[in-house]
Amino acid sequence: MPEQTPEQRVKNFKEVPFGYTEELAKIESQRCLFCKKPLCIAGCPVEIDIPGFIKLISEGDYIGAAKKLKESNSLPAVCGRVCPQEDQCEKVCVLAKKYQPVAIGNLERFAADYERESGNVEIPKIEKSTGKKVAIVGSGPAGLTVAGDLIKMGHQVTVFEALHKAGGVLVYGIPEFRLPKAIVQSEVDYLAKLGVEFKTSNVVGMLQTIDDLFASGYHAIFIGTGAGLPNFMRIPGENLNGVYSSNEYLTRSNLMKAYSFPENDTPIFSGKNVAVLGGGNTAMDSVRTALRLGADNAYIVYRRSRTEMPARKDEIHHAEQEGVKFDFLTAPIKFLGTEDGWLKGMECIRMKLGEPDDSGRRRPVPIEGSNYVMDVDTVIVAIGNSSNPLVPKTTPGLNVNKWGNITADPETGQTSRKGVFAGGDIVTGGATVILAAGAGKKAARAIDAFLKTL
Amino acid sequence: MEKARPGQFVILRIDEAGERIPMSIADLDKKKGILTIVFQEVGKSTAQLGTLKQGDSLVDVVGPLGTPTHIENYGNCVCVGGGIGIAPIHPVAKALREAGNYVTSIIGARNKELMIMEEESKAACDKLIISTDDGSYGFHGFVTQVLAGMLEKGEKVDFAFSVGPVLMMRALARVTLPYKVKTIISLNPIMVDGTGMCGACRVTVDNQTKFACVDGPDFDAHLVDFEELLKRQRMYLKQEKVAMDNFVSSLEQSAHHHQTHKPA
Repeated sequence: MPEQTPEQRVKNFKEVPFGYTEELAKIESQRCLFCKKPLCIAGCPVEIDIPGFIKLISEGDYIGAAKKLKESNSLPAVCGRVCPQEDQCEKVCVLAKKYQPVAIGNLERFAADYERESGNVEIPKIEKSTGKKVAIVGSGPAGLTVAGDLIKMGHQVTVFEALHKAGGVLVYGIPEFRLPKAIVQSEVDYLAKLGVEFKTSNVVGMLQTIDDLFASGYHAIFIGTGAGLPNFMRIPGENLNGVYSSNEYLTRSNLMKAYSFPENDTPIFSGKNVAVLGGGNTAMDSVRTALRLGADNAYIVYRRSRTEMPARKDEIHHAEQEGVKFDFLTAPIKFLGTEDGWLKGMECIRMKLGEPDDSGRRRPVPIEGSNYVMDVDTVIVAIGNSSNPLVPKTTPGLNVNKWGNITADPETGQTSRKGVFAGGDIVTGGATVILAAGAGKKAARAIDAFLKTL
Repeated sequence: MEKARPGQFVILRIDEAGERIPMSIADLDKKKGILTIVFQEVGKSTAQLGTLKQGDSLVDVVGPLGTPTHIENYGNCVCVGGGIGIAPIHPVAKALREAGNYVTSIIGARNKELMIMEEESKAACDKLIISTDDGSYGFHGFVTQVLAGMLEKGEKVDFAFSVGPVLMMRALARVTLPYKVKTIISLNPIMVDGTGMCGACRVTVDNQTKFACVDGPDFDAHLVDFEELLKRQRMYLKQEKVAMDNFVSSLEQSAHHHQTHKPA
């Protein structure tokens, strides 16, 4: 797909790939073999009829393709951009054995963008009102999916969002250059048009509890609050100025638009030598944001090797093209500071790979005496999130596991509380947009079934 | 705001370009639906807030946030408010008194002109002591000296609660420590989301990292790492100055604009 050159794009926050033209989309769609037994569908967490929508693109019916996508996925413009297709649908594409797989993600994005930009987004049929009210806690990919499905089934839906803007991780976490915020906004606007009520700046667990919501007339509740509690390294010097959690760094830059300070009020410290700890997509988002904020040197510091990095290959590739330096098999052990509390360096130790650990990945082991100091003035800790306890803590009878994740049936999202369902990162721990959307799909079906029993 | 309890705070934004500003709840009239916040113009956002007029609105307010102050019948309580910190001790003093405590409030400011909420404070406690740094009103000196004097005289103090500048709260912690008076302070570190999601507000308490927005804002004064808190509060001094300078020049420009275009 055509995209901004690395030299151009490190100077702006605009989206990196330009997207297909109609011509390119048609050519790509015609590569699909339309297999009798398509493996790609099974490779998709929400089982999109992939050959079906690609067929429609090849016939020039782009709106039809978008509709086909939306039968299984409420957020195709988002997922076309941020799904790890190379580990899902594209991985099992028959063409991948000998050639490049069909660029399913790019085609998904094309169809969704085409529909949105045509201004021809049709309001789907909404079932007759059931008179049942559902509260959705959190407006990330899980919550938005549940909202979209339930409103179409005729239920009354209210989404509660703690921040001042709906979209969850899609607005505070994923940067503009990977997912333009206008796209998230149009998804939210679309749901609002269908009749979903959004209550922003409303922190469930503080303003009202799950039980308060039941008492005020909701018949069922879906919790999709995400993995909103940042993990830190727990090493000396972590509270020095210049050490950020990725959540804070990205929230400042994305949600609060600190990249345009002082036009926007929220400041961000954009250092010259920035190290990001971690190897996931959030780490790549952080390091690429640091470059765009003006870093001279931006590093990924990861304790394992390249093969163990959980980030999408595309994102790693983009980061490398933009000049990010990778320090594999390296772990920080201490942050060094100035007298007045600013980060001035990071002591690291080199690692080697030992035996496989619980995750099946080879465990990194420190090499004695290999310590050295990295010259950095900013460090962004992107080593994952735990679950935010605000809702579980204030909901008696809601079971959580030892990591604080809500216990829920993977097929239905049913929790230990009657009428309370959960899905997304609050259940699985930090995962992907599409897995959250998939959990939302299943939960919506289960909630609908539950409401019919009332 | 029905759920709001003493010691909690809200986060507000003035407009779409605005930052998220944490503000202590100074008073709450649940019947009338009136939330009172008191602020001092120290930077761009508070200066801008000061330009709002009656009838203007904020783009959003979220709250209550934070863990409420733990209220019980301790016996003799002292509430110490310094400067703008006089406002947030007000609901706590009220609640402590309602819980059966004898409440002495000590409120201090740099001078008489900067003294706020005297009447409200008086109504909320059993005994009010006023101090000013320059002696222009009440006791000549710091609030901490007033409390130190009480403790030296052997007055029984079972619980102290305080809000004010970090240096004042640090001094207060030093005053009450030798007397083993349980001392709770409300911290005001830099925050962003206010729900425990980002960790901007982390403070070290008893050698552990805490998030002031959800674990606090109240903490045991004798366990807080004040030096770290002071340094972290200065993180954006440079940017704060840039924002303020920009704001002042934009105000001057619009004033100039008005002047030049006013019909003669």
